[in-house]
Amino acid sequence: MSDITLHITDRKGKQHTVQAPIDMNMNLMEIIRSYEIEIEGTIGICGGMAMCASCQCYIESDHSLQPPSDEEEAMLSEAFHLKENSRLGCQLHITEALDDLRVTVAPES
Amino acid sequence: MITTDILIIGAGPTGLFAVFEAGLLQLKCHLIDALGEAGGQCIELYPKKPIYDIPGFPEVLAGDLVGNLLQQIAPFQPGFTLGERAETLERTEDDFFIVTTNKGTKHKAKVVAIAGGLGSFEPRKPEIENIERFEDKGVAYLIKDPEQYRGKRVVIAGGGDSALDWSIFLAQIASEVHLVHRRNEFRGALDSVEKVIELKKAGKIKVYTPSEVNEIKGADTLEAIVLENVQTGLSTEISCDAFIPLFGLSPKLGPLSDWGLDIEKNAIKVDNTYDYQTNIKGVYAIGDVNTYPGKLKLILCGFHEATLMCQSAFQRIHPDKKHVMKYTTVGGVTGFDGSKKEAPKTVVKTLD
Repeated sequence: MSDITLHITDRKGKQHTVQAPIDMNMNLMEIIRSYEIEIEGTIGICGGMAMCASCQCYIESDHSLQPPSDEEEAMLSEAFHLKENSRLGCQLHITEALDDLRVTVAPES
Repeated sequence: MITTDILIIGAGPTGLFAVFEAGLLQLKCHLIDALGEAGGQCIELYPKKPIYDIPGFPEVLAGDLVGNLLQQIAPFQPGFTLGERAETLERTEDDFFIVTTNKGTKHKAKVVAIAGGLGSFEPRKPEIENIERFEDKGVAYLIKDPEQYRGKRVVIAGGGDSALDWSIFLAQIASEVHLVHRRNEFRGALDSVEKVIELKKAGKIKVYTPSEVNEIKGADTLEAIVLENVQTGLSTEISCDAFIPLFGLSPKLGPLSDWGLDIEKNAIKVDNTYDYQTNIKGVYAIGDVNTYPGKLKLILCGFHEATLMCQSAFQRIHPDKKHVMKYTTVGGVTGFDGSKKEAPKTVVKTLD
Protein backbone atom coordinates (compact mmCIF):
# COMPACT_ATOMS: atom_id res chain seq x y z
CA MET A 1 0.00 0.00 0.00
CA SER A 2 1.41 3.40 -0.84
CA ASP A 3 -1.64 5.62 -0.37
CA ILE A 4 -3.82 6.31 2.63
CA THR A 5 -7.14 8.11 2.82
CA LEU A 6 -7.58 11.34 4.76
CA HIS A 7 -10.79 13.23 5.53
CA ILE A 8 -10.06 16.93 5.76
CA THR A 9 -12.62 19.61 6.58
CA ASP A 10 -11.46 23.00 5.33
CA ARG A 11 -11.85 26.37 7.06
CA LYS A 12 -15.15 26.96 5.33
CA GLY A 13 -16.54 23.65 6.54
CA LYS A 14 -16.29 21.77 3.24
CA GLN A 15 -15.20 18.15 3.46
CA HIS A 16 -12.48 16.68 1.27
CA THR A 17 -11.57 13.02 1.11
CA VAL A 18 -8.12 12.68 -0.41
CA GLN A 19 -5.42 10.10 -1.07
CA ALA A 20 -2.05 10.73 0.52
CA PRO A 21 1.14 8.85 -0.43
CA ILE A 22 3.10 7.32 2.41
CA ASP A 23 6.32 7.03 0.42
CA MET A 24 6.87 10.70 -0.44
CA ASN A 25 8.11 11.96 2.94
CA MET A 26 5.10 14.25 3.22
CA ASN A 27 3.26 15.70 6.17
CA LEU A 28 -0.38 16.67 6.64
CA MET A 29 0.26 20.37 5.92
CA GLU A 30 1.87 19.46 2.61
CA ILE A 31 -1.04 17.21 1.68
CA ILE A 32 -3.44 20.10 2.31
CA ARG A 33 -1.29 22.37 0.14
CA SER A 34 -0.85 19.82 -2.62
CA TYR A 35 -4.62 19.45 -2.99
CA GLU A 36 -5.02 23.24 -2.59
CA ILE A 37 -7.62 22.67 0.12
CA GLU A 38 -6.71 26.06 1.60
CA ILE A 39 -5.56 29.19 -0.21
CA GLU A 40 -1.83 29.18 -0.88
CA GLY A 41 -0.09 31.62 1.45
CA THR A 42 -2.51 30.98 4.30
CA ILE A 43 -1.12 27.62 5.36
CA GLY A 44 2.41 26.35 5.91
CA ILE A 45 3.83 29.86 6.01
CA CYS A 46 7.06 28.87 7.74
CA GLY A 47 7.43 25.94 5.38
CA GLY A 48 7.01 23.24 8.01
CA MET A 49 9.47 24.18 10.75
CA ALA A 50 6.83 24.36 13.53
CA MET A 51 7.55 28.08 13.67
CA CYS A 52 4.14 29.46 12.81
CA ALA A 53 0.77 27.93 13.57
CA SER A 54 -0.80 28.44 10.16
CA CYS A 55 -1.28 24.68 9.68
CA GLN A 56 -3.02 24.06 13.01
CA CYS A 57 -5.58 21.26 12.71
CA TYR A 58 -8.05 19.62 15.05
CA ILE A 59 -7.77 15.84 15.12
CA GLU A 60 -11.29 14.42 15.12
CA SER A 61 -10.77 10.68 14.84
CA ASP A 62 -9.31 8.61 17.65
CA HIS A 63 -6.06 7.65 15.95
CA SER A 64 -3.16 7.28 18.31
CA LEU A 65 -0.60 9.79 17.07
CA GLN A 66 3.01 10.42 17.96
CA PRO A 67 2.94 12.93 20.84
CA PRO A 68 3.98 16.47 19.89
CA SER A 69 7.67 17.35 20.12
CA ASP A 70 8.79 20.14 22.47
CA GLU A 71 8.99 22.50 19.50
CA GLU A 72 5.44 21.72 18.39
CA GLU A 73 4.17 21.95 21.96
CA ALA A 74 5.81 25.35 22.37
CA MET A 75 4.41 26.71 19.11
CA LEU A 76 0.93 25.45 19.95
CA SER A 77 1.15 27.23 23.29
CA GLU A 78 1.26 30.52 21.39
CA ALA A 79 -1.37 29.62 18.81
CA PHE A 80 -4.85 31.07 18.78
CA HIS A 81 -8.07 29.00 18.55
CA LEU A 82 -6.31 26.26 20.50
CA LYS A 83 -8.26 23.15 21.47
CA GLU A 84 -7.40 19.95 23.32
CA ASN A 85 -7.08 18.15 19.98
CA SER A 86 -4.95 20.78 18.25
CA ARG A 87 -1.86 19.67 16.32
CA LEU A 88 0.40 21.28 13.74
CA GLY A 89 -0.22 19.64 10.38
CA CYS A 90 3.43 20.03 9.40
CA GLN A 91 4.49 17.81 12.29
CA LEU A 92 2.21 14.92 11.35
CA HIS A 93 4.16 12.65 9.08
CA ILE A 94 2.03 10.69 6.62
CA THR A 95 2.28 7.01 7.57
CA GLU A 96 -0.02 4.01 7.37
CA ALA A 97 -1.07 4.69 10.95
CA LEU A 98 -2.87 7.82 9.74
CA ASP A 99 -5.18 5.96 7.35
CA ASP A 100 -8.75 7.25 7.62
CA LEU A 101 -7.65 10.21 9.79
CA ARG A 102 -10.33 12.87 10.20
CA VAL A 103 -9.17 16.47 10.73
CA THR A 104 -10.46 20.03 10.50
CA VAL A 105 -8.19 22.92 9.58
CA ALA A 106 -8.17 25.57 12.34
CA PRO A 107 -9.18 29.16 11.47
CA GLU A 108 -6.59 31.51 10.03
CA SER A 109 -5.05 33.92 12.51
CA MET B 1 12.22 62.28 -1.36
CA ILE B 2 14.64 59.34 -1.66
CA THR B 3 15.66 58.73 -5.27
CA THR B 4 17.34 55.63 -6.62
CA ASP B 5 17.52 53.46 -9.75
CA ILE B 6 15.79 50.34 -8.46
CA LEU B 7 13.50 50.57 -5.47
CA ILE B 8 13.30 47.15 -3.83
CA ILE B 9 10.40 46.36 -1.54
CA GLY B 10 11.49 43.69 0.91
CA ALA B 11 14.98 43.22 2.34
CA GLY B 12 15.03 39.43 2.48
CA PRO B 13 17.69 37.35 0.70
CA THR B 14 16.19 37.93 -2.77
CA GLY B 15 15.95 41.71 -2.34
CA LEU B 16 19.47 41.87 -0.92
CA PHE B 17 20.99 39.85 -3.75
CA ALA B 18 19.23 42.09 -6.29
CA VAL B 19 21.42 44.93 -4.96
CA PHE B 20 24.52 42.98 -5.98
CA GLU B 21 23.31 42.19 -9.49
CA ALA B 22 22.15 45.78 -9.96
CA GLY B 23 25.50 47.03 -8.69
CA LEU B 24 27.36 45.06 -11.33
CA LEU B 25 25.32 47.07 -13.85
CA GLN B 26 26.14 50.31 -12.02
CA LEU B 27 22.53 50.67 -10.87
CA LYS B 28 21.81 51.95 -7.37
CA CYS B 29 19.24 50.38 -5.06
CA HIS B 30 17.21 51.37 -2.04
CA LEU B 31 15.28 48.85 0.05
CA ILE B 32 12.10 49.26 2.11
CA ASP B 33 11.18 46.71 4.77
CA ALA B 34 8.46 46.64 7.41
CA LEU B 35 10.79 44.89 9.83
CA GLY B 36 13.40 46.80 11.79
CA GLU B 37 16.33 44.94 10.24
CA ALA B 38 17.27 43.36 6.93
CA GLY B 39 16.94 39.62 6.34
CA GLY B 40 13.20 38.96 6.05
CA GLN B 41 11.99 35.53 7.12
CA CYS B 42 15.59 34.31 7.53
CA ILE B 43 16.03 36.73 10.41
CA GLU B 44 12.47 37.02 11.71
CA LEU B 45 11.49 33.35 11.67
CA TYR B 46 14.50 31.08 11.60
CA PRO B 47 17.92 32.78 12.00
CA LYS B 48 19.40 29.70 13.70
CA LYS B 49 18.10 27.12 11.20
CA PRO B 50 20.57 25.58 8.77
CA ILE B 51 19.77 25.80 5.04
CA TYR B 52 21.19 23.05 2.84
CA ASP B 53 20.23 24.06 -0.68
CA ILE B 54 22.15 27.26 -1.30
CA PRO B 55 24.50 26.40 -4.18
CA GLY B 56 28.06 26.25 -2.96
CA PHE B 57 27.11 26.15 0.71
CA PRO B 58 26.75 22.58 2.03
CA GLU B 59 25.20 24.13 5.12
CA VAL B 60 24.61 27.72 6.14
CA LEU B 61 22.55 29.21 8.97
CA ALA B 62 19.81 31.52 7.71
CA GLY B 63 21.19 34.34 9.85
CA ASP B 64 24.69 33.80 8.45
CA LEU B 65 23.39 33.79 4.90
CA VAL B 66 21.90 37.23 5.47
CA GLY B 67 25.16 38.41 7.08
CA ASN B 68 27.08 37.20 4.02
CA LEU B 69 24.67 38.91 1.62
CA LEU B 70 24.97 42.20 3.50
CA GLN B 71 28.75 41.90 3.25
CA GLN B 72 28.54 41.03 -0.45
CA ILE B 73 26.39 44.07 -1.29
CA ALA B 74 28.13 46.56 1.02
CA PRO B 75 30.32 47.98 -1.82
CA PHE B 76 27.13 48.99 -3.63
CA GLN B 77 25.99 51.11 -0.69
CA PRO B 78 22.28 50.29 -0.70
CA GLY B 79 19.95 52.65 1.13
CA PHE B 80 17.44 51.26 3.63
CA THR B 81 14.06 52.44 4.89
CA LEU B 82 13.46 49.95 7.71
CA GLY B 83 10.52 49.59 10.05
CA GLU B 84 8.18 51.12 7.46
CA ARG B 85 5.68 49.40 5.22
CA ALA B 86 5.31 50.35 1.55
CA GLU B 87 1.79 51.67 1.33
CA THR B 88 1.08 53.27 -2.06
CA LEU B 89 2.46 53.17 -5.59
CA GLU B 90 1.94 56.04 -8.04
CA ARG B 91 3.28 56.55 -11.53
CA THR B 92 4.46 60.07 -12.41
CA GLU B 93 3.97 61.74 -15.80
CA ASP B 94 7.63 61.26 -16.68
CA ASP B 95 7.27 57.51 -16.07
CA PHE B 96 8.85 57.23 -12.63
CA PHE B 97 7.24 55.50 -9.67
CA ILE B 98 6.68 57.03 -6.26
CA VAL B 99 6.29 54.62 -3.36
CA THR B 100 5.14 56.07 -0.04
CA THR B 101 5.42 54.21 3.26
CA ASN B 102 2.96 54.14 6.15
CA LYS B 103 5.13 56.79 7.82
CA GLY B 104 5.00 59.06 4.80
CA THR B 105 8.55 58.48 3.52
CA LYS B 106 8.55 58.95 -0.27
CA HIS B 107 10.80 57.07 -2.68
CA LYS B 108 11.21 57.74 -6.40
CA ALA B 109 12.62 55.29 -8.93
CA LYS B 110 12.30 54.26 -12.55
CA VAL B 111 11.99 50.61 -11.53
CA VAL B 112 10.22 49.00 -8.57
CA ALA B 113 11.13 45.41 -7.66
CA ILE B 114 8.77 43.78 -5.19
CA ALA B 115 10.69 41.16 -3.22
CA GLY B 116 8.13 41.07 -0.46
CA GLY B 117 8.19 37.35 0.35
CA LEU B 118 4.97 36.37 2.05
CA GLY B 119 4.13 40.00 2.78
CA SER B 120 4.94 42.36 5.60
CA PHE B 121 5.08 40.91 9.08
CA GLU B 122 2.22 42.17 11.22
CA PRO B 123 1.73 41.38 14.91
CA ARG B 124 -0.77 38.63 15.63
CA LYS B 125 -3.58 40.03 17.72
CA PRO B 126 -5.30 37.83 20.29
CA GLU B 127 -9.04 37.49 19.93
CA ILE B 128 -10.27 39.42 22.93
CA GLU B 129 -13.51 41.31 22.65
CA ASN B 130 -12.98 45.09 22.59
CA ILE B 131 -9.22 44.80 22.21
CA GLU B 132 -9.22 47.10 19.19
CA ARG B 133 -10.94 49.83 21.17
CA PHE B 134 -7.97 49.96 23.54
CA GLU B 135 -5.24 50.01 20.87
CA ASP B 136 -2.96 52.98 21.59
CA LYS B 137 -4.99 53.49 24.79
CA GLY B 138 -2.97 51.05 26.81
CA VAL B 139 -2.85 48.08 24.43
CA ALA B 140 0.19 47.69 22.16
CA TYR B 141 1.40 44.74 20.11
CA LEU B 142 4.93 46.04 19.63
CA ILE B 143 7.21 47.89 21.99
CA LYS B 144 8.58 50.90 20.17
CA ASP B 145 9.67 53.10 23.04
CA PRO B 146 10.25 51.17 26.28
CA GLU B 147 10.69 54.45 28.19
CA GLN B 148 6.94 55.06 28.00
CA TYR B 149 6.50 52.17 30.45
CA ARG B 150 8.70 53.72 33.14
CA GLY B 151 6.87 53.61 36.48
CA LYS B 152 3.84 51.94 34.86
CA ARG B 153 2.01 48.71 35.68
CA VAL B 154 2.50 46.42 32.69
CA VAL B 155 0.90 43.10 31.72
CA ILE B 156 2.69 41.07 29.05
CA ALA B 157 1.11 38.01 27.43
CA GLY B 158 2.98 35.36 25.47
CA GLY B 159 5.46 32.54 25.91
CA GLY B 160 8.20 33.18 23.37
CA ASP B 161 11.46 35.06 23.33
CA SER B 162 9.99 38.51 22.94
CA ALA B 163 7.58 38.06 25.87
CA LEU B 164 10.45 36.86 28.06
CA ASP B 165 12.99 39.44 26.94
CA TRP B 166 10.62 42.38 27.31
CA SER B 167 9.48 41.16 30.75
CA ILE B 168 13.12 41.08 31.82
CA PHE B 169 13.81 44.52 30.39
CA LEU B 170 10.68 46.20 31.70
CA ALA B 171 11.21 44.70 35.18
CA GLN B 172 13.97 47.29 35.58
CA ILE B 173 11.87 50.35 34.77
CA ALA B 174 8.18 49.51 35.19
CA SER B 175 6.57 49.61 38.64
CA GLU B 176 4.95 46.19 38.11
CA VAL B 177 5.44 43.50 35.47
CA HIS B 178 2.91 40.69 35.11
CA LEU B 179 3.63 37.88 32.64
CA VAL B 180 0.71 35.74 31.48
CA HIS B 181 1.17 32.54 29.48
CA ARG B 182 -1.20 29.78 28.55
CA ARG B 183 1.20 26.98 29.42
CA ASN B 184 3.61 26.36 32.25
CA GLU B 185 6.50 26.00 29.80
CA PHE B 186 8.09 28.93 28.03
CA ARG B 187 9.74 28.73 24.63
CA GLY B 188 12.83 30.87 24.73
CA ALA B 189 16.56 30.99 25.10
CA LEU B 190 17.56 29.12 28.26
CA ASP B 191 19.24 32.11 29.87
CA SER B 192 16.12 34.25 29.33
CA VAL B 193 13.96 31.62 31.03
CA GLU B 194 16.42 31.45 33.94
CA LYS B 195 16.51 35.22 34.26
CA VAL B 196 12.71 35.35 34.45
CA ILE B 197 12.74 32.69 37.17
CA GLU B 198 15.28 34.79 39.09
CA LEU B 199 13.19 37.96 38.73
CA LYS B 200 10.08 36.02 39.71
CA LYS B 201 11.78 34.85 42.92
CA ALA B 202 12.91 38.43 43.60
CA GLY B 203 9.31 39.57 43.23
CA LYS B 204 10.07 41.76 40.21
CA ILE B 205 7.92 39.78 37.78
CA LYS B 206 4.64 38.10 38.64
CA VAL B 207 4.06 35.04 36.47
CA TYR B 208 0.59 33.63 35.76
CA THR B 209 0.48 30.17 34.17
CA PRO B 210 -1.40 28.41 32.72
CA SER B 211 -3.54 31.46 32.12
CA GLU B 212 -5.08 33.53 29.39
CA VAL B 213 -6.23 37.13 29.29
CA ASN B 214 -9.84 37.12 28.20
CA GLU B 215 -11.22 40.50 29.14
CA ILE B 216 -10.10 44.11 29.00
CA LYS B 217 -11.66 46.73 31.23
CA GLY B 218 -11.59 50.51 31.12
CA ALA B 219 -13.84 53.50 30.58
CA ASP B 220 -11.80 55.27 27.94
CA THR B 221 -8.28 53.99 28.42
CA LEU B 222 -7.17 50.61 29.74
CA GLU B 223 -7.69 50.17 33.48
CA ALA B 224 -7.51 46.43 34.09
CA ILE B 225 -7.36 43.04 32.45
CA VAL B 226 -9.03 39.85 33.59
CA LEU B 227 -7.21 36.58 33.22
CA GLU B 228 -8.43 33.08 33.66
CA ASN B 229 -6.41 30.13 34.86
CA VAL B 230 -7.15 27.57 32.14
CA GLN B 231 -6.75 24.66 34.55
CA THR B 232 -8.79 25.85 37.51
CA GLY B 233 -11.11 28.26 35.68
CA LEU B 234 -10.45 30.89 38.35
CA SER B 235 -10.44 34.53 37.22
CA THR B 236 -8.08 37.22 38.45
CA GLU B 237 -8.36 40.92 37.75
CA ILE B 238 -5.15 42.91 37.45
CA SER B 239 -5.20 46.71 37.48
CA CYS B 240 -2.73 47.96 34.90
CA ASP B 241 -1.69 50.84 32.66
CA ALA B 242 -0.45 48.75 29.76
CA PHE B 243 -1.29 45.40 28.19
CA ILE B 244 1.19 44.07 25.66
CA PRO B 245 0.25 40.80 23.93
CA LEU B 246 3.35 39.39 22.18
CA PHE B 247 2.22 36.46 20.03
CA GLY B 248 4.69 36.80 17.20
CA LEU B 249 4.25 38.15 13.71
CA SER B 250 2.46 36.79 10.71
CA PRO B 251 2.99 37.91 7.13
CA LYS B 252 0.24 39.70 5.23
CA LEU B 253 0.36 40.80 1.61
CA GLY B 254 -1.30 43.99 2.85
CA PRO B 255 -1.42 47.23 0.84
CA LEU B 256 0.38 45.66 -2.15
CA SER B 257 -2.86 43.97 -3.03
CA ASP B 258 -4.39 47.38 -3.85
CA TRP B 259 -1.71 48.42 -6.34
CA GLY B 260 -3.54 47.02 -9.36
CA LEU B 261 -1.22 44.05 -9.66
CA ASP B 262 -2.42 40.78 -11.07
CA ILE B 263 -2.69 38.59 -7.97
CA GLU B 264 -3.31 34.87 -7.81
CA LYS B 265 -3.25 32.73 -4.67
CA ASN B 266 -1.72 35.49 -2.51
CA ALA B 267 1.14 35.98 -4.97
CA ILE B 268 1.87 38.40 -7.83
CA LYS B 269 1.73 37.00 -11.37
CA VAL B 270 4.83 37.69 -13.42
CA ASP B 271 6.26 36.94 -16.86
CA ASN B 272 8.60 34.06 -16.12
CA THR B 273 9.51 33.58 -19.77
CA TYR B 274 11.51 36.80 -19.71
CA ASP B 275 12.12 39.19 -16.83
CA TYR B 276 9.67 38.65 -13.95
CA GLN B 277 7.81 41.85 -14.79
CA THR B 278 4.26 42.24 -13.47
CA ASN B 279 1.24 43.53 -15.39
CA ILE B 280 2.42 47.05 -14.47
CA LYS B 281 5.37 47.81 -16.74
CA GLY B 282 8.40 48.81 -14.68
CA VAL B 283 7.18 46.92 -11.64
CA TYR B 284 8.79 43.52 -11.15
CA ALA B 285 8.12 40.83 -8.55
CA ILE B 286 10.88 38.44 -7.50
CA GLY B 287 11.29 35.70 -4.90
CA ASP B 288 8.54 34.14 -2.81
CA VAL B 289 6.09 36.95 -3.58
CA ASN B 290 5.63 36.03 -7.25
CA THR B 291 3.94 33.19 -9.03
CA TYR B 292 4.17 31.57 -12.47
CA PRO B 293 3.75 28.04 -13.77
CA GLY B 294 6.15 25.78 -11.92
CA LYS B 295 7.07 28.40 -9.33
CA LEU B 296 9.15 27.16 -6.40
CA LYS B 297 9.53 29.31 -3.31
CA LEU B 298 13.24 28.74 -2.86
CA ILE B 299 15.94 31.27 -2.04
CA LEU B 300 18.03 30.01 -4.92
CA CYS B 301 15.16 30.66 -7.36
CA GLY B 302 14.81 34.18 -5.94
CA PHE B 303 18.49 34.82 -6.70
CA HIS B 304 17.98 33.79 -10.32
CA GLU B 305 14.86 35.92 -10.67
CA ALA B 306 16.67 38.93 -9.17
CA THR B 307 19.47 38.56 -11.70
CA LEU B 308 17.18 38.52 -14.74
CA MET B 309 15.10 41.36 -13.31
CA CYS B 310 18.22 43.56 -13.11
CA GLN B 311 19.08 43.00 -16.78
CA SER B 312 15.59 44.10 -17.78
CA ALA B 313 15.68 47.02 -15.33
CA PHE B 314 18.93 48.19 -16.94
CA GLN B 315 17.27 48.35 -20.36
CA ARG B 316 14.37 50.27 -18.93
CA ILE B 317 16.60 52.77 -17.13
CA HIS B 318 19.11 53.12 -20.00
CA PRO B 319 17.16 52.30 -23.18
CA ASP B 320 19.94 53.56 -25.46
CA LYS B 321 22.95 52.03 -23.75
CA LYS B 322 24.66 48.98 -25.16
CA HIS B 323 25.46 46.35 -22.58
CA VAL B 324 26.68 42.78 -22.31
CA MET B 325 26.78 40.63 -19.22
CA LYS B 326 30.27 40.40 -17.78
CA TYR B 327 31.55 37.62 -15.51
CA THR B 328 32.81 38.79 -12.13
CA THR B 329 35.92 36.67 -12.79
CA VAL B 330 36.59 39.00 -15.74
CA GLY B 331 35.28 42.35 -14.64
CA GLY B 332 35.75 42.03 -10.89
CA VAL B 333 33.48 44.04 -8.62
CA THR B 334 33.76 47.81 -8.51
CA GLY B 335 31.83 49.29 -5.63
CA PHE B 336 30.20 52.71 -5.48
CA ASP B 337 32.41 53.23 -2.43
CA GLY B 338 35.51 53.17 -4.65
CA SER B 339 36.49 49.64 -3.65
CA LYS B 340 37.64 47.26 -6.33
CA LYS B 341 37.83 43.49 -6.10
CA GLU B 342 39.32 41.50 -8.96
CA ALA B 343 41.08 38.27 -9.74
CA PRO B 344 44.85 38.48 -9.22
CA LYS B 345 46.79 38.73 -12.49
CA THR B 346 48.34 35.52 -13.71
CA VAL B 347 52.12 35.52 -13.67
CA VAL B 348 53.59 34.86 -17.12
CA LYS B 349 57.21 33.91 -16.95
CA THR B 350 59.52 31.67 -18.89
CA LEU B 351 60.81 28.64 -17.03
CA ASP B 352 64.55 28.44 -17.40
